[in-house]
Amino acid sequence: MPSHDVLVIGAGLAGQRAALAAAEEGVSVGIISKVHPVRSHSNAAQGGINAALNPGDSWESHAFDTIKGSDYLGDQDAIEIMTREAPEEILHLEHLGVTFHRNEEGKLGTRAFGGASAARTYYVADITGQAIMHVLYEQLMKYSDQISRYEEWFSTALAIDENGECCGVVTRNVADGSMELFQAKSVILACGGNGQVWKPTTNALICTGDGIAMAYRVGAKLMDMEMIQYHPTTLAGKGFLITEGARGEGAHLLNAKGERFMETYAPNKMELASRDVVSRAEQTEINEGRGFPDGTVALDITVVPKKRVHEALREIVLVGRDFAGVDITREPIHIKPGNHYTMGGVKTDVDGRTDIPGLYAAGETACVSVHGGNRLGANSLLDTLIFGRRSGADAAARAKRVEGSRPSPKILEDEDAMIADINSRAKGSGRRVSEIKLELGQAMDAKVAVFRDEAGITEALETVRRLKEEAKSAYIDDHGTVFNQDLLGAIELGYMLDNAECTCIAALERKESRGAQYRTDFPDRNDDEWLKHIDLEQTDDGPEISYSEVTITQWEPEARTY
Amino acid sequence: MAEYTIKVRRFQPENGQGPYWEEFNVDLEPSLSVLDGLLQVKDRDDGSLSVRCSCRAAICGSCGMKINGQSGLGCKTQIGEAQELADKKASAVGGDTNGNTIVIEPMGNMPVIKDLITDMESTHWTKIRRVTPWLLPHGEAPEREYIVEPESMLDITQSMACIQCGACVSSCLSMEADPDFIGPAALAKAYRFVGDPRDAETVERLHDLAEDPHGIYDCTHCFSCVDACPKDVAPMDQIMRLRRKAGEEGIQDPNAGHDHEMAFVKIIEKKGTLDESMLLQESFAPGIKGKLKPSKLAIREMLGAIPIGIRGIRTGKMRSLRKLIPGLHHELPGTAQDEVKAIYKHAEEHNEEFNLYIKGDEGELAEIEAEEKLEPAAAPASEEASP
Repeated sequence: MPSHDVLVIGAGLAGQRAALAAAEEGVSVGIISKVHPVRSHSNAAQGGINAALNPGDSWESHAFDTIKGSDYLGDQDAIEIMTREAPEEILHLEHLGVTFHRNEEGKLGTRAFGGASAARTYYVADITGQAIMHVLYEQLMKYSDQISRYEEWFSTALAIDENGECCGVVTRNVADGSMELFQAKSVILACGGNGQVWKPTTNALICTGDGIAMAYRVGAKLMDMEMIQYHPTTLAGKGFLITEGARGEGAHLLNAKGERFMETYAPNKMELASRDVVSRAEQTEINEGRGFPDGTVALDITVVPKKRVHEALREIVLVGRDFAGVDITREPIHIKPGNHYTMGGVKTDVDGRTDIPGLYAAGETACVSVHGGNRLGANSLLDTLIFGRRSGADAAARAKRVEGSRPSPKILEDEDAMIADINSRAKGSGRRVSEIKLELGQAMDAKVAVFRDEAGITEALETVRRLKEEAKSAYIDDHGTVFNQDLLGAIELGYMLDNAECTCIAALERKESRGAQYRTDFPDRNDDEWLKHIDLEQTDDGPEISYSEVTITQWEPEARTY
Repeated sequence: MAEYTIKVRRFQPENGQGPYWEEFNVDLEPSLSVLDGLLQVKDRDDGSLSVRCSCRAAICGSCGMKINGQSGLGCKTQIGEAQELADKKASAVGGDTNGNTIVIEPMGNMPVIKDLITDMESTHWTKIRRVTPWLLPHGEAPEREYIVEPESMLDITQSMACIQCGACVSSCLSMEADPDFIGPAALAKAYRFVGDPRDAETVERLHDLAEDPHGIYDCTHCFSCVDACPKDVAPMDQIMRLRRKAGEEGIQDPNAGHDHEMAFVKIIEKKGTLDESMLLQESFAPGIKGKLKPSKLAIREMLGAIPIGIRGIRTGKMRSLRKLIPGLHHELPGTAQDEVKAIYKHAEEHNEEFNLYIKGDEGELAEIEAEEKLEPAAAPASEEASP
């Protein structure tokens, strides 16, 4: 049985940062990822990473912007930690070799971003996530004697010992189909978000909520699952992302009449209001007939000087050219709000600890919560790094402290049986996995998106529960062992359906409008009744609801205008 | 919606057969990608069709493949364009002018594991690790950030834009001839450190890459990787930058690659066209006439080159013995040679790098310059200060 002190599942920014932090403590580390680490979705984070590092800026200002952005649902103790530790993390990355943009003096330069009261976003052109992730992967290669990499290993279930502590994970080696039970004293879930539950989404095909579902299935609490961010600037159809950096550089949003409509919705911050605010504004323009016939509004980047576009927005020049046939330096591009980010996730404390001893979560999988009802642009990379590092360090400390226990081989038998069951379903005996995925994505995008109401969410929930039943007999074509992507797709569908059910339950439960949850039947924020987190725990009858307090340190909730 | 026929080179390692071709019909908008077509097959017809993919937006680098023989990303190639190319290729050799199949194959220069999935670990990643792919900075890190020229960060951002998809490796002709060639992706990665002012081992890195017989001088300048790269990294340009820097450091490589390159430069400057009679001598013993001090290496290499010359004559590759006789090479007419020299002078005076992150596409250069003239304040000071 392969064994490590600390096992990290997922190798995006949170996972890689956690692995490096754990290795620094001198423990043995394994990092498991269903795709090669550099394929992870962190590389899609284009715009940058926030830190109050400039003279004149302060962590308090960054914290307040984050809290206001979260619509006061973020936990202020966690936000304080994240914003205080941000500058040191940026400098650490710079020292490791990230090629951050420089100002004329050769020092780190910043750009403006949404919902922020100062320009505090550090960046590498518009490939910031990619640049940071490739540099962290360089470090993984450098420290290969301390960190074992399991690249293209797919995790199917967490192992829990008789004391209720996490002690390992079952994985499938994608290359040959062999199943392996790994033992570990600490397990960190860093598997990203669940964007694939919606269609279209900016998220990659791998973002199927694996970590959230695996934790939920062993009894860890989930939190704020109703909080799903729709990004204001995605391409219609395939949902590709146009970075908020474009608006940070000065691009305008225009409706079909050519009006800069943000004047109506956020007269002070205009295009740089919080994402939920901008997405709602766009959707309102579209719903009220002021959008284009293809259900979009326009993003006008031609107002940004060309040289600046090439230097700072090169990637979206390519996205516009290759995926929309539009030269963004010459004409506006049509965009709409699209599914983008999971604010909710596995409930953790500020060291990444879940309710289950030995089980940690970090990054988009986790809900600390620093993003509350709405995440600010360029805070997600920061979240992954700060809480990835803290999880890694705490998981290593635990590993030094505890004996650890050997996971029961029973779980491996269970997972083998689960796979044998999928393989045994005859062609035509049920629906195709791909059909179910499509129906799920369309239902969620139609009913659990920018604007929601009880009838719509209920309808979505019914669809999800029916699909859960249908998934039990869904069949696949590939019954082989080598790179059986068909089989992995069927397992991912199960993860997606658990995520979807939890989001629907929480969205139905929260009878108010806060951040990304906008209920047309409850259009106001209601601090008296709903300034609290919704926690979900698995039972045989589906998710059971409980509540937890929002931690408030020094910023009392106020009305939120931009 | 349009219909397309895609023909996929398949390999199922568990069915006991060798590779085989299979055709599938797909219907989708021409602006959708070849990957979308493959995913439609997977979803609708055959879930065993295997292809790595994730982001669908040319960011993750998973879906490297050959489309109509050209290496690239499946997600970044529009299926309508792939159809046009297939038709163009077929009609060029007398085939049909439309409705040809779009041919999809796994990447080259790598073992195939299953269908379009290749073994990148044994080739691509092993080569990446070969170039010590992490920063080796001077001593202790500063308290704040390293202070560096803003342009230096933009300069290496071009190679940082690499997504490790392997398309350049797949297309590399040198690697086809020499599988040990470090290759375009790994060398572009190497430039990311050599060009980084924070790295303290620049000279050691250059020695390492130049003195390896499968290193920077193994590239034959064929531009395949530049064509294949979906992110405009232009790996060959990064290799040429490594060569220039190695040359500036005066590094002698065992293949005489640097001297060979300089031989071309010198001969053209002197004669306007390539005088092959001077090439061997200038490549392996530059300055032999003046100093009469050929190195042992040069003599060995020159003697070693004799059989190649003989073979060249015998196979007709070298068409005339006359070309090997010094002094018989024709000169350029009139003042043409002075014009060549003027080009050299201009190039030396305008020692500028072409970098997409700094300059944008070629066609837009003039426009950007015009914009800068209108608003001189918008131009960063460092640009004006460049030598």
